Order: sequence, then C-alpha cells, then structure tokens
Amino acid sequence: MRIKPWQTLIVILLLTLAAVWVDLPGQSLDPLGWKSGITVRQGLDLQGGIQIVLEARPPAGVEVTQDVLQGTRDTIERRVNGLGVSEPVIQTRGSNQILVELPGYRDPEQAVRVLQRTALLEIIDTNGQYLAPGTIVNTTAGPASDVLGSEPTPTAEPAATPSAGETSTPSATTSQTGGTPTSANGTPTPGATPGSESTPAAGGSAGTTASPTHEAGATPTPEAQGPVYETIITGAELRDAYPTTDQFGTLVVGFELKGEATRKFCEYTSSHVGFPMSIVVDKQVISSPRIESAICEGRGIITGLNAQEVNELVLQLKSGALAVPLEVVQSRTVGPTLGQDSIDKSIVAGLVGLGLVALFMILYYRLPGVISVIALLMYTSFVFALFKLIPVVLTLPGIAGFILSIGMAVDANVLIFARLREELRLGRTVARAIEEGFDHAWPSIRDSNISTMITCVILFWFGRYVGATIIQGFALTLFIGVAVSMFTAIVVSRNLLRVLLTSRLFHNLWWFGLESRPMEAVSAAGD
Amino acid sequence: MLDLVGKRYYWFLLSLLVIVPGLVSLTLHGLNLSIDFTGGTLWELQMSRPVQPGEVRDVLAAHGYPDSTVQTSQDNVVLIRMKELKEGSPEKAELATALRERFGNFTELRIESVGPTLGTAIRNRAVLAVALASLGVLGYIAWAFRNTNNPFLYGIAAIIAMLHDVAVVVGTFSILGWLRGIEVDALFVTALLTIIGFSVHDTIVVFDRIRENLGRRAAPTFEEVVNYSVVQTLVRSLNTSLTVVFTLLALFLFGGETIRYFVLALLIGIVSGTYSSIFNASQILVVWENRELHRFLARLRGQRQHVPA
Repeated sequence: MRIKPWQTLIVILLLTLAAVWVDLPGQSLDPLGWKSGITVRQGLDLQGGIQIVLEARPPAGVEVTQDVLQGTRDTIERRVNGLGVSEPVIQTRGSNQILVELPGYRDPEQAVRVLQRTALLEIIDTNGQYLAPGTIVNTTAGPASDVLGSEPTPTAEPAATPSAGETSTPSATTSQTGGTPTSANGTPTPGATPGSESTPAAGGSAGTTASPTHEAGATPTPEAQGPVYETIITGAELRDAYPTTDQFGTLVVGFELKGEATRKFCEYTSSHVGFPMSIVVDKQVISSPRIESAICEGRGIITGLNAQEVNELVLQLKSGALAVPLEVVQSRTVGPTLGQDSIDKSIVAGLVGLGLVALFMILYYRLPGVISVIALLMYTSFVFALFKLIPVVLTLPGIAGFILSIGMAVDANVLIFARLREELRLGRTVARAIEEGFDHAWPSIRDSNISTMITCVILFWFGRYVGATIIQGFALTLFIGVAVSMFTAIVVSRNLLRVLLTSRLFHNLWWFGLESRPMEAVSAAGD
Repeated sequence: MLDLVGKRYYWFLLSLLVIVPGLVSLTLHGLNLSIDFTGGTLWELQMSRPVQPGEVRDVLAAHGYPDSTVQTSQDNVVLIRMKELKEGSPEKAELATALRERFGNFTELRIESVGPTLGTAIRNRAVLAVALASLGVLGYIAWAFRNTNNPFLYGIAAIIAMLHDVAVVVGTFSILGWLRGIEVDALFVTALLTIIGFSVHDTIVVFDRIRENLGRRAAPTFEEVVNYSVVQTLVRSLNTSLTVVFTLLALFLFGGETIRYFVLALLIGIVSGTYSSIFNASQILVVWENRELHRFLARLRGQRQHVPA
C-alpha cells in the first residue's frame, strides 16, 4: 500500500501542532499537567550564575584515582544540592578536575567556600592541654598538609612568623571561615579580622581559600607545630549533623554519632572528665570545650561559629569530607542583568534573521519559497520543542547556533528548488520535476550535512574541556538543527509541494519563478 | 557559458591577496590571545558613576595587580583584564572593597578566571580539535567520493579550500587584534570549527555536481565538466550563503556584545567558504587533473637546465 502525500501531510501537521504545544510557554492548554517540568533550560550566560572548575591538589604521595575523583564529585554534588540550586551541572573532567555549574546562583564567594573546603571533622584528645580556636594541629588521622593541600612535602624548618603566631597567640583567628569575607558585599578582609594583628591573613585564610601553588611566598604555608594529637572521632563516623541552639540560645552545629563511635566517645569522655578536648575541622581548632561529664548518648554540639558558618558546616558535614583538597582553576560568574540583555537581543536578532530569510526565499523562489518558509516555521517549532524535551541547555552561542542553523536549513530547500527549476526548464511536468529535483538533491544534502555533523561531534568533545557547556551547547544545537533540517526539507517541503500541486491553480510555471506558461503546454515535451 | 575555470589563476591570486597580509600579521604580531588561552581574569563591573580607566588602574596597581588593562564603555561599564584573581579568594574580596571605597558601589556583571596551566591545556586542545575535524572531514569525503577515479583528490582539494578559509579568518583576526585589540577566545575556536564544517558543506555540493556530471559525460573534457558544474551550482551556492549571511548579519547587528566577534568570525568564514568552494576547491581539481603543477615544475627545471653553467 502506498502512503498518499496528503496522509503524510496530516501526520506532519499533527507533529507540528504537538511541537507548537510544547513550545508554548507556561502551562497554557495543559489541563492534565503533562507539560509541568518541561521548561527552557537557560545556560549560565543567559540566566546568570557561576561555573567553577576545581582541580585536585593531592598531598605528596597520594594519587588521584578515578574512584577518588568520582567520590569527590559525589560529595560536591551533595553540597551543591544543599545549596538549593536547581539544575546544577557537576561533572568530572579529565583525570583530576571537577566542573560545577550553578545556574542562577548569586553568591560566588559562598559557593567557592562551601564547595572547596575539605571539611574533615575530627574530635581530638589534646592530652589535657587547652588549644585555642584557630590553632593548626597534626593528628593521627594525618598531618595538616594532607587536608590543607599545601606544599608537597611538609618542610622541616619552621615557617617564619605565622606558625609561631598560631600556637602562641590564642586569638589569632576565630575560625577558618571566619577569616574569609562572609557577606556578598565583601567588606571584611582576612587582614582586618579582629585579633589577627600579628598574623596577617595567613592563619585565617590559608586553610582552604588561598592557593598555595599560585601565591607561594605571598601567603606563608600554615605549618602545624608541636605534637601529633590522637583523633578519637572523625566526620565519617557522624550519623547526622544539623543546626540547633545551645543553652544560651546561640545557633550551633549539632551532631549525632553512629553506634560504634558513640561507644568510643562514651569511653573516652568518661575517662577524661574535667579535661578539655578539641573539635577540629580541616586541622584547625574550632572549639575546645571542657568535658563536664561522660557523654554516652552520642550527641554533641560545636560552638564558636556564626550563623552562616553553622549552616555551611552542617551542609559540609552532612555531605561528607572531600577525599582530596581542591583548588579553583577556572571560574566564570555572570550577573543576571547581562543575561537578560542577551536574551532580548537574541530574540530580536532571531526574528530579524528569520524575516530576512523568508523575504528572500519568497521573492526569489515564489511558490516553493512560500513552502520553504512554511517548512522553516515548522522547523523552528520542531527544533525548539526538541530543545525543551531533551532538554538542551540554551546558551548564547547555542542560540547563535540555532539562528545559524535556520540559514543552513534553508540550504536544503535551496538545493532542491534549484534542481526543481532545472528540471522544469528541461520541460518535465511539475510532478516529475519535484520527484527528480528531490532525488538529485538528496546526495548533496546528505553529504554536506554529515560533514557538518562530524565537526559538531568534534566541537562537542572540544567543549568538554573548554568553557564546557557554553561550547557544547553550540555544538548540540547546531547538530540538532542540521538533523531536523534534513527531515523538514525532505519530508515536509516535498509533501507540501506534492499536495499543493494537485490543485490546478498552481499549474503555471510563474509560481516556480520561471516565465509565465501554463503547465499543459510543456508537459508533452518533458516525457 | 560563464568561463570560471579558465580564469582560475586570477581566483587563486585574489585568495592570496586576502590571505598574505593576514599571514604576515600573524607572523609579526601573532594572535591577541584571551584569558581562555593565557590564564588570567576578566572582570566586568557596572559602576554607579562614570570612572576613568586610569583611576581603576591605580587602584589595581596599589593592590598588587600592576599590569592590568582597563576599558570603559557606555553605562559606566568597566572591563578589567588582569592576572588571575580567584573567585572567592581573599584577594578578590580585598580588591572589591578597595574599588568600592574609591568608586562607590558597583554591580558585578561577570568575572571569568582561568588558571595559567589550564590555558595552555586549552590551547593544545583547540589545535587538536581543528586537526581532528580536518581528518574526519577528509575521511568522510574520501568515502563519499569512493566511486570516482581519485577519491583522495576530492578530499585534499576540500581540505585546501578549508585551510584557505581558516587562514582568511585567523589572518583577519590577527590584523584586528593588532589594530583594534580584538581577542581570540574559546568561542573563536568554536567559530573556526563551524567554518570548517560549513566550508566543506559548500564544497561537497559543488563536488557532488561534478561527480554527477562526470558520470553523465556532460562535457567533453574534465575542465569543461568542472566549469559546467560550478556554473550550475553557482546560484545555489550564492543563495545559501546569502541566507546564512542574512541570519548572521542580524546577529551581528542586534545580537549583543558578548558574541559580536564570534559572529564576525562566522561571517568572514562563511563568505570565504563560499568563495573557496566555487573559486578554489573545484579549480584545484582541474589543476591536478591537467597535471599543471607537474608541467610548471618541469618548466622550472627546464629553465634551470637552460641556464648556462
């Protein structure tokens, strides 16, 4: 059984209606709620947001395996989810990098702070000594350099002033995060932290935010002095962490231990009543409470942090410590205003481009031109529907790729119509000319589009390493555009022409941009 | 019929006239590489009052960033290029505070930061991507034209036309970088790869016609078949380019600042791609088939032999 052109056309029309329905913004015409969750996903450059590439900086002798990297990625993902970002991207790249994209997120400082910090919690036995908050310590779980990701090998010589300051000046810094600016306005600087008169920047910031490799020399490496303290509990033994309040109503971090750790903690505290112990995050003392009595219910609190630090630490403790220290090697932050401006301009550019192409096609090719414009509008609705359904993250270059593909989509039509005209000039009937025109144009369309698709695939691969989703978005949109354009040219334009030609109205060659001549006059000569 | 093939050496000359200045500029000045390749930070701020670039430079220099370039544009927008300033670092916070103290509050439009080692890696990746794209396309053409006498000839001719387009665009941007300080970034590489795709796309359409006409023995000599095919596809080539140029022009004029030079690169590449597929790629086939290079070299050798010892 042969499928008639008008039957194909009905299928195409239904497809178009479906596509337009998907394209319509919001929940219009959607009583059953099928469209909920189908939205245009805007890339960073359109809605603003942050992109960070983190690179593993393992301590000496430690190798970053794919497992470690994957585990770190998962930790990062849990932290990102805790930040409440919708549609984040978290990917490993190459052997030692993790790419994080937080669309719509407005606080780059906080994002870097939360994601980059190792957040290894330890409760240590201080041998009865009181350790001031801010002190950097070595523990049995590993030397400070393990988490701080500082110099490859801890140097034997004592680092000049900062280390001395850390051990002897109790008030050097409040805590790790306290040293870095906390507000989005970026007012407080580490150097200005109260009490850090003798240790500029080093104690507070060197922990995670400063980059030891980049500014080696500028920022002295924190060097833990003194004994190696025994670690009783690590963050891995936590069952849960949550913000709560202490007896004074101050916001603190509450934690709950797992069964085994509860017993261990109970044993330790019952034998050390009256002595201080220290709670350490990333080898830096956060607080050093005195053990009042045995703690056997497996709960505790961490004091000495401000509200924001409490929330960040809870998030980090819940998602676990990073397996390796990370450093920011690439970042991109786009404010929301620039994004909206880009969207508006792209829409104008797209409409103008589409209008120019339509005008040109109709003036030059007449009836086929009109058909190609209809096919083009269908093409636009298909592609946009695909963008929403797949979903493709739309970026500015991606929109450029889409608009460019409109121009290229016309190419298939141009090829076919040029052939059509040639066949008509040779005196073929319109019906035969259409079939011949399509058949002859097909190899060119196929070969040329496949070569574009090959470059798209390579672009996609390249984009994985550079600017990430921005270039990938371009490659993907161009690829989809080219693929759909083949479909619309071959199936849509062809069937539209076939159906329209059954009408005698168009049996004049003027419609095809040739001299006005009725069809019948030439039909005999053609066959 | 229009004799395009007969004038082939004029077309080659015209190509050279466009390419040579670009290549000269490329050897003398290279490309103005952006932070994507060199590492560093690009910081775009919208200030609450008009500022002079020099004032901003002074603040940057006072905080340890002496070799920064500062550009201002309309709406009090300031664009700073400087060595790497990490997002979320205390250095950045310190600098932001200093700028706020001096110029009042500002909005951060964007900040892009690339580490120095990553820049080099990206550069290598870009070269590799262009090379891979060329190879992939060469392979595909050789396969698509496997039924002709010399499938690789078509592939090589298409690659030469493609390199022509790459040379035109890279050369133009070298000149633009030298005269106007326009930078080459990762998006530029994206544009180059797209141009490669389009250039070959265009060339294949012409080659496809040649293949078809050769099969039909549409003209007595190879040269005439090529000319016939080029003329037949001329209108289509021009029309296709025109539609693409229309859309790109719309983007260039209305599409906003961030992708302006990306679109410009595409625009130059598409025009060059159309030219090279009509006036270079097909002509190279003729030059090869007529063994003109051989004859030219033979004549050179002959002349040398005639030179008295």
